[in-house]
Amino acid sequence: MKLRVRNQLRIAVRHSLLALTFTFCTLGTLATAAPATSKVNTTDLAVTDDSVTVGILHSLTGTMAISETGSVEAEKLAIEQINKSGGVLGRQIKIIVEDGASDWPTFAEKAKKLLVKDKTAAVFGAWTSASRKAVLPVFEKENGLLYYPTFYEGLEQSHNVFYTGQEATQQILAGLDWASKTLKAKKFYLIGSDYIWPRTSMKIARKHIEKVLKGTVVDEQYYPLGHTQFGSLINKIKLKKPDVIFAAVVGGSNVAFFKQLNAAGLTAKRQPLLTISVTEDEVLGIGGENLEGFYSSMKYFQALDLPGNKKFVQEFKNKWGNDSVIGDVTESAYLGPWLWKWAVEKAGSFDVDKVVKASENLEWKDSPHGYLKVDKNHHLWMKTRIGQWKRDGQAKIVFESDVIKPDPFPKGYQ
Amino acid sequence: MGDFTTTELMSIFAMQGFAGISLFSVLLLMALGLAIIFGQMGVINMAHGEFMTIGAYTTFFMSEFAVSYGMVDIYFPFAIIASFLIAFIVGYLVELGLIRHLYQRPLDTLLATWGLSLIMQQLFRSTFGAREVSPTLPDWMLGSVQPTETIDIPINGLFVLGLTIVLTAGVFYFLFKSKRGVHVRATTQNRLMAGAVGINTKRVDRITFALGCGIAGVAGAAFTTIASTGPTTGSLYIVDTFMVVVFGGAASLFGTIASAFSIAEAQSIMEFFISGSMAKVLTLLFVVGILMMRPEGLFASKIRK
Repeated sequence: MKLRVRNQLRIAVRHSLLALTFTFCTLGTLATAAPATSKVNTTDLAVTDDSVTVGILHSLTGTMAISETGSVEAEKLAIEQINKSGGVLGRQIKIIVEDGASDWPTFAEKAKKLLVKDKTAAVFGAWTSASRKAVLPVFEKENGLLYYPTFYEGLEQSHNVFYTGQEATQQILAGLDWASKTLKAKKFYLIGSDYIWPRTSMKIARKHIEKVLKGTVVDEQYYPLGHTQFGSLINKIKLKKPDVIFAAVVGGSNVAFFKQLNAAGLTAKRQPLLTISVTEDEVLGIGGENLEGFYSSMKYFQALDLPGNKKFVQEFKNKWGNDSVIGDVTESAYLGPWLWKWAVEKAGSFDVDKVVKASENLEWKDSPHGYLKVDKNHHLWMKTRIGQWKRDGQAKIVFESDVIKPDPFPKGYQ
Repeated sequence: MGDFTTTELMSIFAMQGFAGISLFSVLLLMALGLAIIFGQMGVINMAHGEFMTIGAYTTFFMSEFAVSYGMVDIYFPFAIIASFLIAFIVGYLVELGLIRHLYQRPLDTLLATWGLSLIMQQLFRSTFGAREVSPTLPDWMLGSVQPTETIDIPINGLFVLGLTIVLTAGVFYFLFKSKRGVHVRATTQNRLMAGAVGINTKRVDRITFALGCGIAGVAGAAFTTIASTGPTTGSLYIVDTFMVVVFGGAASLFGTIASAFSIAEAQSIMEFFISGSMAKVLTLLFVVGILMMRPEGLFASKIRK
């Protein structure tokens, strides 16, 4: 189901007269590089002659702060770089940071504040699917613009949102194909935390394993968020002897899962495992020694040997300290401000509808994770990689797919 | 189950048995500190999990220290002692600054300690960063013991089990054999009378509360070996902790042990046969069912009101 908002008309009528008047008044000052505010901003956004305001909306406090801090850092870095290189349409970007506090109604309230009171031209934020679902109606009603960084379950597309992380099929199908081909896996054991993203992901995975790869799913298990005791699960795995464990366990559970897996003797040598929920960020908590040899399926790893990535990693460390690690979502968050800048400049306007239109088929050849293109379904074309974790918390890239078209509503997988 | 040998099934059975015992020791270790604070003093300490987090962070910093001085193999016992001391001191100060003003108002304590837990979480986050950390564990604590070819017993599980036994024995000794323990029990049973015979009940309260917090610190240190260390780690444990203490009967240490054992076994056996989420639901139903029949928990307390 495609969600589309049609309020262009209302805005256009309200502002066309005003815009006309302004155009005449400012004709004299057009000699400067920046185009006139009245021209680039017909929808009453927070744009002045030398600045434009955007919002960052993440959890700075509460449980999710663990995950979202990296995204905030990446977005701030990108905006700082854009400002240094001359800003957007000659305007410096000002940031208003709001704290969603890991609480979904708070996200919705802050989103409303950023759009209605602050009139931000774009918002970079939301992290969990729950927070995105909470702010979505606000962005659609106020015709705002959201760049959402997390890899997620798909089954969503909105006029007002760009999804800079992978949707489920991009991340999962390539990973499973690889496991089937390279690890010769036939028997899969699916494990996830018990909420929408793992459940949807595992549904897609099961369909793919059974229908396409002609393998079997020996068991499918979900554990409540925050579950920390995996003794029984590990024994079940030992009993079923899968060729590969396919895991989407998150948060504190993730740490406990890997620590206990390893302590129970299920090391990578004995039991191959492919996960879609471990990035460099998670490795810090789990410990490299507990992950050594296991695989992650992601579009981005900090160790990627690409010129765009080397530069990105260096600049990230310069700004946020040498100990910083960069995970997949952090990199996705970094893409948002740049994609917005280029779309605005292509459109020659900050108006949301024009920016959305200009975003289609926008390409970035040397992004940190390589080539990407914005599809007209608002998701990105990109590659998927398989990384094998090393003791030092970095991954060795063992496989790279072709550029994959995003498919948020996969046929035959729902 | 046709394609399994008898040995394999026996091994799984043995390992599953250990999984149950291991869960039992984790639950007991979590609940021990709270059993003292809630059971003996009647204080509903919602910040109990954060005292565990204090222990976990102490262990993490000790491990960082140990790594830079090449003492990784031996630091862990010291980390446990340090965790106890730091959590004890913080607990002492919290009692002094907050809890003692609220003894007559149990529901206010609930709110106040919940607020305290939020404050502590944010303090951890602001000071140590939002990301989860992982202490470097000594090599002898990693991996598993293999009594036979097909059985793996996790060493960290054994370690937690051992620590739980030592700590439980220590708490029993303290409460039932030491002079201070007599004071604590006397205060619990009849505060006025205890005061009348010359026990400084305020001091007893302070020490009891601090001791419970110290034990939580030890639990936090031990859990770094099996689970995560982050600002909100404590909140992962708080619900289970209260469940164990309430189910066991608030003022009874034996009750806490029996309760931890029955919950752990019920949960690990069910988890083996049905899904994890369902096992949790059934465990909670089972606890609620028993509490409906026996509102005072498994072991009724014999306190004179």
